Amino acid sequence: MIELRNLSIFYGETQVVKEVSLSIARGASFALVGESGSGKSTILKALAGQVTDWTGQIRLGDHSLEHGRDPALVRLCQMVFQDPFGSLHPRKSVDATLSEPLAIHRIGRQNERVLEAMDAVGLARKFRFRLPHQLSGGQRQRVAIARALMLNPPILLLDEPTSALDVSVQAEVLNLLKSLREDHGLTYFLVTHDLPVVSFLCDELGVLRNGELTEVTSVERLKQGNLQSEYGNELLSKSH
Amino acid sequence: MMLTTQWLLDENPQTRAQSRAGQAYRLFLALLRNPLAIVGALIILLLLVVAAFAPWLAPYSPTESNLSMRLMAPSAAHWMGTDELGRDILSRIIHGTRITLFIVLLVAVISAPLGLLIGTVAGYFGGWIDKVLMGLTDIFLSFPRLIMALAFVAALGPGIENAVIAIAITAWPVYARIARAETLTFRNSEFISAIRMQGASHGRIIFGHVMPLCMSSTIVRVTLDMAGIILTAAGLGFLGLGAQPPLPEWGAMISSGRAYILDQWWVATMPGFAIVIVSLGFCLFGDGLRDILDPRSRTK
Amino acid sequence: MSLLTVENLRVSFPTEQGRVEVVKGISFELGRERLGIVGESGSGKSMTGRALLRLIREPGLVTADQMNFDGIDLLTLPEKGMRSLRGARLSMVMQDPKFSLNPVMRIGDQISEVLRFHGRLNRRARRQRVLQALQSVRIQDPERVYLQYPHEVSGGMGQRIMIAMMVVLEPDLMIADEPTSALDVSVQSQVLDIMDDLVRNKGMGLILISHDLNLVARYCDRILVMFNGRIVESCIASELHQASHPYTRGLLASVPTMDERRERLPVLDRALLEGLETHD
Repeated sequence: MIELRNLSIFYGETQVVKEVSLSIARGASFALVGESGSGKSTILKALAGQVTDWTGQIRLGDHSLEHGRDPALVRLCQMVFQDPFGSLHPRKSVDATLSEPLAIHRIGRQNERVLEAMDAVGLARKFRFRLPHQLSGGQRQRVAIARALMLNPPILLLDEPTSALDVSVQAEVLNLLKSLREDHGLTYFLVTHDLPVVSFLCDELGVLRNGELTEVTSVERLKQGNLQSEYGNELLSKSH
Repeated sequence: MMLTTQWLLDENPQTRAQSRAGQAYRLFLALLRNPLAIVGALIILLLLVVAAFAPWLAPYSPTESNLSMRLMAPSAAHWMGTDELGRDILSRIIHGTRITLFIVLLVAVISAPLGLLIGTVAGYFGGWIDKVLMGLTDIFLSFPRLIMALAFVAALGPGIENAVIAIAITAWPVYARIARAETLTFRNSEFISAIRMQGASHGRIIFGHVMPLCMSSTIVRVTLDMAGIILTAAGLGFLGLGAQPPLPEWGAMISSGRAYILDQWWVATMPGFAIVIVSLGFCLFGDGLRDILDPRSRTK
Repeated sequence: MSLLTVENLRVSFPTEQGRVEVVKGISFELGRERLGIVGESGSGKSMTGRALLRLIREPGLVTADQMNFDGIDLLTLPEKGMRSLRGARLSMVMQDPKFSLNPVMRIGDQISEVLRFHGRLNRRARRQRVLQALQSVRIQDPERVYLQYPHEVSGGMGQRIMIAMMVVLEPDLMIADEPTSALDVSVQSQVLDIMDDLVRNKGMGLILISHDLNLVARYCDRILVMFNGRIVESCIASELHQASHPYTRGLLASVPTMDERRERLPVLDRALLEGLETHD
């Protein structure tokens, strides 16, 4: 579903991602882990079309991603951002946020679709006209997830979707993400530094260090506390 | 459907209309808690009422001269006295409200959207578009307002419409600067990235997502600028380049009263009061609006 | 004798619906030990920390039956006395070093400024103390860092500098509010280890405020769990996993583990917890 071939990404002169190749099957849940500055967020941004200065090849499904604005990308993948406070427009109600993608693509039955989406992410209908500041962090993240699913993309990019949430709320959102994947057969591409989250939500992980992929391995090995690379195990020992 | 406060303040509105009405009502409640803003609002309201009913409120004609009654001191018959042509000053001030409102509204309608558009476009795109637009803005900003307006009126010819156009042309750069600064703070934010990922066009993002966020600061700024606009208009009138006689424009009235300022003080002073009070009204109201609308001063 | 005694501390803020209490009458004592306050956002844990330093501004209101620090009554102490107490004997490490350091002042000068405000050391002695403090937070080349500006150092380094700034005055009690949540995981434990060392070696008291149960359990002797402005559980850190309150148990269970085999994570039953609260 997602295939990277010799992907290198540049910020001006500096190369932040070096020759990364990856292949993720349809319906899989893949985690990219690494410390900050490892380039994991940059890869995510390239997939999302926000970073365009890259070489190599990015394939999403049957589509080969273009540099610059790629209209096909919209229907292929959507993103859930890290910060539920910053990813929602502060003056738009839940209703406005969720109906916007429908309005952009002239999709009908907006009313029903918005309500369906709210039900799907477990957001009570009474919150429909609330503004973001009237919602809790967990509720906001549910809105962000619902927004990402409005256009029914097969791929969901997750940028540390629970790191800004309380642990009990994190559990709710992780459960939601897990069941959404099962129900809709979504492919997840998760970027995080939180290894236990990977253990719960993913079945494969890649370890990134200074822009280079040190290993790609199954999450089963993570659960057994035994990654392949030395750096991977170092990372494992650092997180409590 | 009952329009009760309970319905308005409902935490869980049922429809879009209810949620909008509720938000407006909350703003209104917040405004009520600010006494100075209420004073400002009352002054503006008074201005609107007087302008609407000017012909019925004014005791005399604003333009008909009566030379036998010239330069009369304030009295029971003429509360604010009469001017050098024997016209009742109160009546002229009452009719003058229409001209003031006309100027203020027209300037606001022309310059605020223009400034908002230029500022948001510059801030959103950045790069050379930003450089060109902001260069243009800086050129306009670098001239003193009245001098600029003077130059435009001199080129376009005197008259109230041209005065309005001249003031509008000199007023927009401020709004463009504010809108750009505000746009820069969130152009890279995640909610803009999110909407871009959903395939929204640049136009849709600017009009639908960027502008609403710049709107409140622009509204506040426009309200605060109203006083300045009135003063500029009066200044042009005073210099004989704005409204032409016999139109009862306040600045022009002060100008014609200048010759008598030592012996017949009321001729120039009364319209001066009118300008001061209306300017003050807009200032107070603008300050109040800023307290409510400005997200930075608002606590959660 | 205990270092800090707090009895029936309440913090409230006015809202459109009247005054709302965010801390609802909590009491605890602290010796020269490490106390963890755990809770989720909105539990009142941060407000508790701020109230102790009297950093809650109008219109917030702080009341208590007793708030005593080493024999000093914090409730009645005038603001001037409070200012000299803050930093010198009671200090606070904030969440994000980026916002706590002055961006246009050299790091060494900033720390030195703290000394100048509170002490009567001369310039040379101050510089010596600053370098020592930087060394104590395991900064390899303190001379170089002394001359740097805050934007020239990394987040983890920034937080270590903040800690250096706090310990340079050798306070009796340090309050750390989520000191590492803005840092990378790999740096987090490093910063906490440094803090832990200092607290042990200098015999300070520490209040560590965090949302992270496991982290607090690792670095503290005793733990208070807060929920909705109340302390719902108080236990010895090593016995956290035998906690009895449903909220604490729920929190512990909802954290995924490295070897996560559960299909779904258990979720807190908030209605039940709020029900429990009204029965108290």
